[in-house]
Amino acid sequence: MELNEIIRPENLVHGKPRLMNDNPMHYCPGCSHGVIHKLIAEVIDEMGMEEKTVGVSPVGCAVFAYNYLDIDWIEAAHGRAPAVATAVKRLNPDKMVFTYQGDGDLAAIGTAETIHAANRGENIVIVFVNNAIYGMTGGQMAPTTLEGMPTSTTPYGRNIELNGYPLKIGELLAKVEGTCLVTRQSVHTAAAVRKAKKTLRKAFENSMNKKGTSVVEFVSTCASGWKMTPDKSNKWMEENMFPFYPLGDLKNKEEGTGI
Amino acid sequence: MSEEIKLLKGNEAIAHAAIRYGTDGYFGYPITPQSEIMETLMAEMPWETTGMVVLQAESEVAAINMVYGGAGTGKRVMTSSSSPGISLKLEGISYIAGAELPCLIVNVMRGGPGLGTIQPSQADYFQTVKGGGHGDYRLITLAPSSVQEMADFTELGFDLAFKYSNPSMILADGIVGQMMEKVVLPPARPRKTDEEISTESPWAARGKTTGRKPNIITSLELDAAAMEENNLRFQAKYRKIEENEVRYEEFMCDDAEYLLIAFGSSARICQKAVETARAEGMKLGLLRPITLWPFPTKAIAGYAGRVKGMLSVELNAGQMVEDVRLAVEGKVKVEHYGRLGGIIFTPDEILAALKEKLIN
Repeated sequence: MELNEIIRPENLVHGKPRLMNDNPMHYCPGCSHGVIHKLIAEVIDEMGMEEKTVGVSPVGCAVFAYNYLDIDWIEAAHGRAPAVATAVKRLNPDKMVFTYQGDGDLAAIGTAETIHAANRGENIVIVFVNNAIYGMTGGQMAPTTLEGMPTSTTPYGRNIELNGYPLKIGELLAKVEGTCLVTRQSVHTAAAVRKAKKTLRKAFENSMNKKGTSVVEFVSTCASGWKMTPDKSNKWMEENMFPFYPLGDLKNKEEGTGI
Repeated sequence: MSEEIKLLKGNEAIAHAAIRYGTDGYFGYPITPQSEIMETLMAEMPWETTGMVVLQAESEVAAINMVYGGAGTGKRVMTSSSSPGISLKLEGISYIAGAELPCLIVNVMRGGPGLGTIQPSQADYFQTVKGGGHGDYRLITLAPSSVQEMADFTELGFDLAFKYSNPSMILADGIVGQMMEKVVLPPARPRKTDEEISTESPWAARGKTTGRKPNIITSLELDAAAMEENNLRFQAKYRKIEENEVRYEEFMCDDAEYLLIAFGSSARICQKAVETARAEGMKLGLLRPITLWPFPTKAIAGYAGRVKGMLSVELNAGQMVEDVRLAVEGKVKVEHYGRLGGIIFTPDEILAALKEKLIN
């Protein structure tokens, strides 16, 4: 069989989601953001919520999320996305509202906004990309940077005495009454991607069913910031990130776990 | 709700006026001397009547970002605070100005700097009309001098904000916020429907309906040339506001030999000083800027060749006086008189200062 005979629409087993446009992505090779964007685009489309969705983008690598997903967006100040989303949802209860935030945005400068939006049980989804580093500004220490992990502001590795402990913000959010689902996922294998998508859909459904705040954390890679190849990043994440940030539901009110 | 006459504090008047205006949302954080605004809203429970959302945020920072989010969906949203709280909001205010969103912000000023005092002050003039937050932006600034104007400017502030897609600020102070006066509250008007909002603000992020491009609310533009274009557009809008929206009030200015320039509660005290001076035979007048930005530069300049001197009377160390001096371009002597840190001057003190600095 010739190549031309194979490349036909009817043979397509994997396509670009309808809500993702053709703008060239600024994300680095091996970065998790692209896959997570794709999952969000698919879930919104499959739920038929394109016309009712408002995304709130952060400051960080995903600041330009609005360039890639063809939905309405509000670009928030650093860390303030949950406050922005709170008002969008309260004033427009029929809309499906989510924030998309990195670890610096959510767990450092925006800790107060995150905890309080979750504690009010705002009917929003918080998508949290945790790659343990500040990617956009060039690889500085994040609140979630692991002990001993080198970054541009911890060149000799994170030193607990000097820099404090890595923050398990997911566990903290699981303890907050207003959250209905706090889950930790990854997108490093096909199986993980499928599982993550299912969970993401549940989170979005929760928000429309007034169940409270859903937090979907993605333990992610930052090949550029970690100064590793994409393949090595995935392995390093499995060996170092997963033991400290174990995958799975931290709290699932519906299933009665983690309460 | 039909028109009603009530005896209210200035802060309470803002809350009642906001509900009657059809405001969609208020987001605030308690701080003296303006807490009655949120307290009144919570007591009135407008979510049960008009559907207005009232939310006590975890901080002033969160509150202004809620305003940013709400305004981004085309809704009529507001916040209020006092001086230290406004300092916290400035980041959000700059973003709102940069994204060209309409909203209403109330500052019931208290004395600073720092935690300062809870007593009245007008020391946030610079912060409000010269910027405060980062970048080249302007706030439409209304300075009420009565409880009635606290109510009236709630409506006017929103109207101007939506007319120009720009944040408006009511720059009040602890005196106007706390004093009680008779106020005529306007009849209530219904909140805009979702359909009306979508028509009025087609740029709003309200869910991408079929056939249109995504609406994106942002102040970010990394391309310097495009960012300069944005800034030039803002500046053109600001020039238009300066041409069309200057508001001021003159009191006994026609034959005046000396002029007091004062805004907000200072203007009320100055009015009494003018009456006292006139009774003594002194030809004194008062010009009260109502919009602090845009500033009544031309009106003040018009008196430069007619009066012997101007005294800018402010509850601060001399802020608006700089704009008065810029207006008259050195053609007449301009002095400043103020009290600081929450102390309020008396009409007699103002007249004594006028004589000392300009007449004798």
